[in-house]
Amino acid sequence: METFVFFVAAAICLAGALGVVLSKNPVHSALSLVGTLFGVAVLFVAQNANFLAAVQVIIYAGAIVVLFLFVIMLLGVDRAENLSVDPLVGQRAAAIVAGVAIFALPVAALATTGWDATGAIANLGSVSDSAVPDVEGIGRVLFTRYIFALEITSILLAIAVVGAVMLAKKSPKAADMIVDLPARPTSTDADAASADATSEEGTA
Amino acid sequence: MLLAAGVEPSWYLVLASALFAIGATGLLVRRNPLVMFMCVELMLNAVTLTFVTFSRMLDDIGGQAVVVFVLVVAAAEVVVGLGIIVAIMRRRPDATADDLALLKG
Repeated sequence: METFVFFVAAAICLAGALGVVLSKNPVHSALSLVGTLFGVAVLFVAQNANFLAAVQVIIYAGAIVVLFLFVIMLLGVDRAENLSVDPLVGQRAAAIVAGVAIFALPVAALATTGWDATGAIANLGSVSDSAVPDVEGIGRVLFTRYIFALEITSILLAIAVVGAVMLAKKSPKAADMIVDLPARPTSTDADAASADATSEEGTA
Repeated sequence: MLLAAGVEPSWYLVLASALFAIGATGLLVRRNPLVMFMCVELMLNAVTLTFVTFSRMLDDIGGQAVVVFVLVVAAAEVVVGLGIIVAIMRRRPDATADDLALLKG
């Protein structure tokens, strides 16, 4: 049964990942990302990480992808991108070679260990013990061993919220922080699009 | 056949490396900052899958606890990153990663 679940979820994950990379339209990329995130959530359930699967669906597929789609719609960048031109000659081939190497290195490392995990165990609690649910185990670890890291995390989130508010604010100071980008002489429609955007800002 | 044999935990690790490699390749190839960001999310997801798999292989809950922190950091990163992208794209709606070269020497 787990074999069947694994192969179906793995196919969903890989198809979604390829969809993110190969889609010309950012909206399609975001929707493919949902597929991958859902597949990973299924794989979490298959490995008895039920709490993380729920969190994965709620935070990633629920919040983060919606945020992505929101930004795409807000900015109106849901146009198809021309993928046929390679801005840096040979960069794409080099990227694919690098991708194959990134895939091959961990697999080779795994093969040298005999396809098994090695190293010391932290002894923070058992996963296979059905008497202790995974929520209880994670909660116990987070509020004992990793309590300091958890507190730092709350500060990180507060800083992120303040930073996002500062970036979104339309004050003259914040506007100075982002210097105008030089216009590209090759694309004429790009200049027209930016001119439209500035005129819209002027009327607003 | 493959279906007859049971699932080895290492298969999850191979799948996670494949996801990570696809995300890294996309990050290198794509020029739209939003899509590059999604590729970073792909790579983060591959790493969380690895953590959960190691948690299962070593029978230790610590790996799952780390995934919680990865989720939080990913959420914070998306909030700030999308804020920066919105601030840039307001000025130039068609800006690509190649245009943001002001720090280049």
